[in-house]
Amino acid sequence: MKLWHFNGGLPSLAEHKNESVNLPIEIAPVPTRLIYPLRQHIGNAAKPLVKVGDKVLCGQKIADAQGMISAPIHAGSSGTVISIADHLIPHPSGFSAPSITIETDGLDNEIELTPHTSFRQLAAGELVDLIREAGIVGLGGAAFPTAIKLNTQGKTIQIDTLILNGAECEPYISCDDRLLKERANRVVEGIEILLYMTGAKRAILAIEDNVPDTFTSIQAAIANNQNPIISAAQIPTIYPTGGEKQLIQTLTGKEVPSGKIPADIGIVSINVGTVHAIQQAIIKGKPLTSRVVTITGEGVNKPHNLEVRIGTPIKALIDVCHGYTKHAERLIMGGPMMGFALLNDEIPIVKATNCILVASKQEVVTEKQAMPCIRCGLCASVCPVSLLPQQLYWFSRSEQLEKAERLNLFDCIECGCCDVACPSHIPLVQHFRYAKSALKVQNHEKHLSNVARERFEAREERIARDKAERAERSRKKKAALKSKPAKEEIDAAVNRSKAKKNSTEGED
Amino acid sequence: MSFFILIILFAALGILLGYAAIRFKVEGDPLVDKIDAVLPQTQCGQCNFPGCRPYAQAIANGEADINQCPPGGEAGITALADLLGVEAKPLNEENGVEKATLVAVIDEKTCIGCKLCIQACPVDAILGAPKHMHTIIEAECTGCELCLPPCPVECITMEPLAKTLALWQWDKPTTSQQKVVS
Repeated sequence: MKLWHFNGGLPSLAEHKNESVNLPIEIAPVPTRLIYPLRQHIGNAAKPLVKVGDKVLCGQKIADAQGMISAPIHAGSSGTVISIADHLIPHPSGFSAPSITIETDGLDNEIELTPHTSFRQLAAGELVDLIREAGIVGLGGAAFPTAIKLNTQGKTIQIDTLILNGAECEPYISCDDRLLKERANRVVEGIEILLYMTGAKRAILAIEDNVPDTFTSIQAAIANNQNPIISAAQIPTIYPTGGEKQLIQTLTGKEVPSGKIPADIGIVSINVGTVHAIQQAIIKGKPLTSRVVTITGEGVNKPHNLEVRIGTPIKALIDVCHGYTKHAERLIMGGPMMGFALLNDEIPIVKATNCILVASKQEVVTEKQAMPCIRCGLCASVCPVSLLPQQLYWFSRSEQLEKAERLNLFDCIECGCCDVACPSHIPLVQHFRYAKSALKVQNHEKHLSNVARERFEAREERIARDKAERAERSRKKKAALKSKPAKEEIDAAVNRSKAKKNSTEGED
Repeated sequence: MSFFILIILFAALGILLGYAAIRFKVEGDPLVDKIDAVLPQTQCGQCNFPGCRPYAQAIANGEADINQCPPGGEAGITALADLLGVEAKPLNEENGVEKATLVAVIDEKTCIGCKLCIQACPVDAILGAPKHMHTIIEAECTGCELCLPPCPVECITMEPLAKTLALWQWDKPTTSQQKVVS
């Protein structure tokens, strides 16, 4: 199969897989508490369907999608809802957000599932609805509701290629790899469902060439399935080849234009973990309540690949891994390149969590003294999106954010290649994250001030209109008085009262 | 002969220009709109004008200085200076001091429903009826503090904005790039 290249990248990053790549997936025990932040996905937060004190079953929907871009949440085990309140969420801000907490009863009673083994009897639209109801979002890390990606109704561009992303390019993470090794048949069946739904002409499953045994197992599964349009491709191990746009470029040679999505060029790209979840949702009728998570790093005694119930606090998983070692320094959600540090281990696993890295001092990129930029251009040569990191850095540092935006700051995928390449140890990605979030806040404030202006102007207009109306009324009243002489009116009133008096006298 | 040609030419051009002046007339004052876009729209009146747009009008007419807007602060003054091509200057202390945006909160137990704050709010962010409790629509409040003085029972307080993810931003890396002195 012909492959292409994206600009730059780091070929030397394929390290630290050994700690966890050979560990089979084990099922994590049911924790005593399950915590579900209402916003685990891109879009609107889900709306709770349960109250404090309610009994729930495993697989029961406890929060429903709100609006178009959103996803429902399902309970991972049976138990009682003990609170719906703010809880620490896995977010770099360290904020708390509304979450549902369930105390499990250990019985793990499940709702009755509705399997659809012969999925070809359903229309594509019905399958999209099933996937939406199962609460499936992108499990590769972005957590974008999958049903929206797969909804082909009302779209003009025909989906031509389906790309299954099994390229786990970040160091340490091996959850997708284990899934492909152990559950290849389920993933292939999931691909069949997706092909049927999208009407794509081919499906390519991409795997990095540093895991040849996974490639063999998936090829065996594909051969077993006997569908000629499904193929597996071994791609060079270059970080960040698992990035959606980078993978599309590697496999098809097509670049997704800035600000566009893959569907605009006839491609749908889905993570293999998500494909597995889709297969489970359709064939078994199981909503998304668990996922595979890699727990690794020098900070835990025994690294593990665990099938974890979403909502499990990290602490419970660390216990499965025989606790922290004395080297444990920092808790990171995601990989060492794109992950973020967490405040503590009370934070739950969410749908997007693929890895918990308990890093030691050596593993944390030590904060070296940043030196001045020497304009060597190494950052631009490694940037997989072909940006100009040194220019972006210059404008972000000097607060000329609009200029950075014009140099396509928002196309930066924050992969961290420039950070690694920079000989002056400048924390470039940190600068870009700052610039992006500052621009977003600025736009938000601009929006608020526009709203305030509209409301102020509407109020001024209303006050002016009320005043004019009052003036008009009083003018009319005066005019009416003038047109009818006062004398006549008084006479009429006197006559009326006389007549009344006469009539009452008559009665007496 | 050439004289008449010129006369005709001038007349034709005159008519053209006259028509263009009517056809392409700019509605409103574009400079006022631009200044108004830079102002924070708090509508607080600390600049001594009854709202942001009147202040923008006054700046455009040269009746007001650019340093009279405390909610806009230093950043606002710099933006105005850039827009108008004048030197930035420090905020005029007579107008007030720059501070973080707050929102008004009504203590609903104390509120007597006198409606005075509703009349004072420049952006209609207060909801209530006579002799009934009033409340503030937090999302619409600009933090102008104009509702504080009219309240006869002093039940309105200014509170800091709740931290939300929409307004959260990453820390700017400290540029601790020290010069190496050899």
